[in-house]
Formats: sequence, structure tokens, C-alpha cells
Amino acid sequence: MEPILKVEDINVYYGSIHAIKGISFYVNEGEIVTLIGANGAGKTTTLQTVSGLLRSKTGSISLQGEDISNVPAHKRVARGLAQVPEGRRIFLQMSVQENLEMGAFTQSNSGIAKDLERVFEYFPRLKERRRQIAGTLSGGEQQMLAMGRALMSHPRLLMLDEPSMGLAPILVEQIFEIIQTLHKAGTTILLVEQNAQAALSIADRGYVLETGKIILADNASALLKNDAVQKAYLGGGGG
Amino acid sequence: MAFLSFLISGISLGSIYAIIALGYTMVYGIAKMLNFAHGDVIMVGAYICFYATSRFQLPPLVGILLAVVVCTILGIVIERLAYKPLRAAPVLAVLITAIGMSYFLQNAALLLWSSNPKVFPPVVPTGKISLFGGQLTISYVTVVAILCCIVIMLALTWFTSKTKMGKAMRACSEDKGASQLMGINVNGTISLTFAIGSGLAAIAGVLLCSAYPTLVPTTGAMPGIKAFTAAVFGGIGSIPGAFVGGILLGIIEIFAKAYISTQLSDPIVFAVLIIVLLVRPAGLLGKQIREKV
Ligand SMILES: Nc1ncnc2c1ncn2[C@@H]1O[C@H](COP(=O)(O)OP(=O)(O)OP(=O)(O)O)[C@@H](O)[C@H]1O
Ligand SMILES: [Mg+2]
Repeated sequence: MEPILKVEDINVYYGSIHAIKGISFYVNEGEIVTLIGANGAGKTTTLQTVSGLLRSKTGSISLQGEDISNVPAHKRVARGLAQVPEGRRIFLQMSVQENLEMGAFTQSNSGIAKDLERVFEYFPRLKERRRQIAGTLSGGEQQMLAMGRALMSHPRLLMLDEPSMGLAPILVEQIFEIIQTLHKAGTTILLVEQNAQAALSIADRGYVLETGKIILADNASALLKNDAVQKAYLGGGGG
Repeated sequence: MAFLSFLISGISLGSIYAIIALGYTMVYGIAKMLNFAHGDVIMVGAYICFYATSRFQLPPLVGILLAVVVCTILGIVIERLAYKPLRAAPVLAVLITAIGMSYFLQNAALLLWSSNPKVFPPVVPTGKISLFGGQLTISYVTVVAILCCIVIMLALTWFTSKTKMGKAMRACSEDKGASQLMGINVNGTISLTFAIGSGLAAIAGVLLCSAYPTLVPTTGAMPGIKAFTAAVFGGIGSIPGAFVGGILLGIIEIFAKAYISTQLSDPIVFAVLIIVLLVRPAGLLGKQIREKV
């Protein structure tokens, strides 16, 4: 079966800084795949290249078998790609509901009411606060909003960049539960995490990124047992 | 009664400033740049309307419409050619380009239309409303300017708070990257903002030249700077701010002219701006920047 996402030999630069050095990976339909790695390894850069905010100098990115390397970022959304960016990046001066409506920008207006209800089922807190200005939400609520907003576009592939960052353990657990629920509902997931333990425990497969290169790729359960991974990312150094 | 008459003139002049300031502030909000050529788009709009109505004898409404269409296209073209290639450039480069664009438009107008002042035709019907048994007279232009400003303000408020494109515009002004992740075409949205701002500039140009009917290639320069001042005064980036800033500036200017000195009115206007910015650096209605970490 053709992978839903296939990234081949991408090289990404920030000016003269070579941030991603020829990496390749794939995500199959229905999988949860995680990218783990230390600060500055290139996880965010990778996701932003897939979503089109950054461009690769080489290689290709294919979504559902079609090369999207030259498709502008905003047109990739309609092809089923959604990203919950690092640091949430919700629209702070807009209301909760307006943020969700922006998530549905590529959708026809007629379905929005139903999609809002679906998001509110996942995140009841957002329903109570739908008129509130997003900048006044708590950190956890902002993360929920960022996820809800991404869901509004009915993504085939949802990419999450450190959804647990800065959240209390109980909220982290909740966020991971929701990721699993979304997955069960048929969304394919590419998850970037520093919380390697949590990410690997829900993922099917994982890639370990180090200074712009993939140094390990394996089943999640195997990575959890891998000595090098345990030492570098699971031995209490995961934050 | 004189006071009331000055107040109304002030609001009317302020309405024109506000319409121009809206263009400044919307473009600043989304492109984070000061489009110093905005004032000169006003002048182009006024010339288009002048030629359409005086030379080609078209009806005033057609002249105004033509001015709006030409300025809208001009705004889009200016952005595409001059500013878009500088999206990632340092602020100073963009600022200098904008000033260059302003001079370019003024000199192009000089070449095309010469420096001879044109007498702007009365596209707004001349005439006065007489109140209180003739003690208070208000010209139609004064009233039309105020009405235009109110209608534009209401329309923009509706547009940015209720329509999908308007909300997308606000989203882009907050975070372009995140907006792209929503599927919003950021370049298209920026073009749209320039289009709206420039279309409004054309209306302002017609109103301005109807109130002060001498048209030269530098006609837009001073009102442009005043409107920019109004936008900063109200809080740059804020639509209600541009409205409030414009009206206040117009009132201050007219009162300064009436009660203090005609020559000193401009220094007074700018002195007020400096004082306001010292007290409230973000302007009267400037957005408080808050961020969660
Ligand atoms: N805008 C930028 N300009 C220059 N260098 C950058 C920029 N963004 C990232 N980098 C560099 O690229 C490399 C990869 O950064 P990236 O943000 O992708 O790492 P990351 O794996 O997401 O890290 P973290 O876990 O801290 O979020 C780092 O060395 C970083 O310094
Ligand atoms: Mg990162």
C-alpha cells in the first residue's frame, strides 16, 4: 500500500545553516508515527517542510501518492494536511469560535456548525468558552484550541508538534488520550515529541532525529527497548 | 454657534483623514509596513475623477467609480511590484521603497498631468443646509464626507468581524504562518487589503478635492501625512483607532485654525500627536500586546 506521506531526501536550510540533512521517512495510512529528538534536532523544521512553510532544496514530499513539493502551504490543507504548530500559534486576538472557523477556512460554510459540535465533543471546555478571546485562555485550553482548530479541516494526516509542551501531567495524559481517540476515528498521525516515553507508547513506529539526520528508525516498541534511545531520551532526560 | 460650525467642519475634515487612515492602518496591520505612497494614491484618484468628469463629461458617480477602480488596481500593482519582493527584507528597506514609490507617483503625475493646478469639478452637489434660521450653514460636501466615513466604518467593521475573508485578514495580521496552515492564501489576503485601502483612498481623494478644489500632483502628500498621524494617534493597526484618530485630528486642526492661528495649526496637530504618544505609546486605542508562554 502507498504511504499517505512519503518524504524523500529533503535538505532544509536557514540561510547558511543546514538544519535538515537529507532525511527520508514515510507514514502509512492509519498509523501513529513519532519523530523524537533533542532540542534543535530538526523536528519542527521537518514538520514545517511537510506543511510547506519551509522549502526543501532537494528531494520530494508526496501526499497520497502525489508530489506536493511545489504546492504552496495553503493549498496543502485542502489536500488533507493539518499541522498543530509548535507553541500552538492560535490567533490570540480572535475568539475561540473564530479560531475554529479559521481552521475550517478550506471547508464550505454549510458543514461548519456540525464540525464545531464535533470539536466541542472532544473539548467540552472550548464550548463553554467559545466567545472568549483566545489570548485569555489557559495554556492547556490554548493547546486544545490549537488541536480543535486543526481538526476543523478534516485532515487525513494530522501533524502535532510537541502538543504536551508546558502542560501539567494530567493534561498531558488527556492530550495523549485525545490523540488516540482521533487515531481510532481514522486520522493518521505524525507526532513530534520531546516526551519520548509518552510518544513511543502510543505510536506504531518512530524515527529518532539527531542534528538534522535520522539516526534510528524502528517500531515504537523496539525503540522503547533500544539502549541508545533509553539513554538519550528516556533516562530522565526527556525534557 | 461658531463653535458648533467649527466642530462640524472638524468632524468632516476628520472623516476624510479617517478614511485615509483606515488604509494606512489596515495595510500596517497585515503587512507590518507603512505605505507612504498611500497619500499619493489619493491624488491619483482625484485626477482620475477630474479627467473623467471635467474632460470626458462623464457623470460624477461614474467618475468616482472609475477613480475607485483605478486606485484599487494601482494599490494591488504597487504591492506586487514594489513591496512583495521585499516581504523578507529589513523594515528600513521597505520604508525607503515606500517613500520612493511616493515620489515616483508624484513625479509620474507631474509628467502626465503637469504641475498646473486643476480646478476640481463639483462632483458632490454644491449647496448648503441652513439651520437655526440661517445661523448655521453646512455645505453638502461636509455632510457627505461624514456620511461616507460612517458608512465605510460600518462596512469595514462588518467585513472584518463577520465575513470569512475579513476574519482571514485578522488572522493574517496576527500570524501569517499559522494562517497558511489554515489554508488561507496570505499573498491574496495582502493584495485584498491593499485593494481595499487604495479604493478608500480614491473616495478620500474625491471628498478632499470636493472640499478643497485645487488639484496638483502633491495634493495627496500632506493629507497623507496627517492621516498617517491620525492612524498612529488612534493606535496603528486598529480600525476603530484610525476612525477616532482621524476625527480627533480633524477637530483639533480646525479648532487650532479657528481659535489659535492658521499658520500654527499643523505644528499644534503634530504636538498633540507627540504628547499622546508620550503618554500612550501604542496610541489611543492601540492593542495591548499580550502573550501566553
Ligand atoms: N528561524 C531559524 N533561523 C535559523 N536557524 C533556525 C531557525 N529555526 C530553527 N533553526 C535551527 O535549525 C535547527 C533545527 O531546529 P528545529 O526548531 O527544527 O529543532 P527542534 O527539533 O524542533 O527543537 P525543539 O525540540 O527545541 O523544538 C536548530 O539548530 C535551530 O537552531
Ligand atoms: Mg521544535
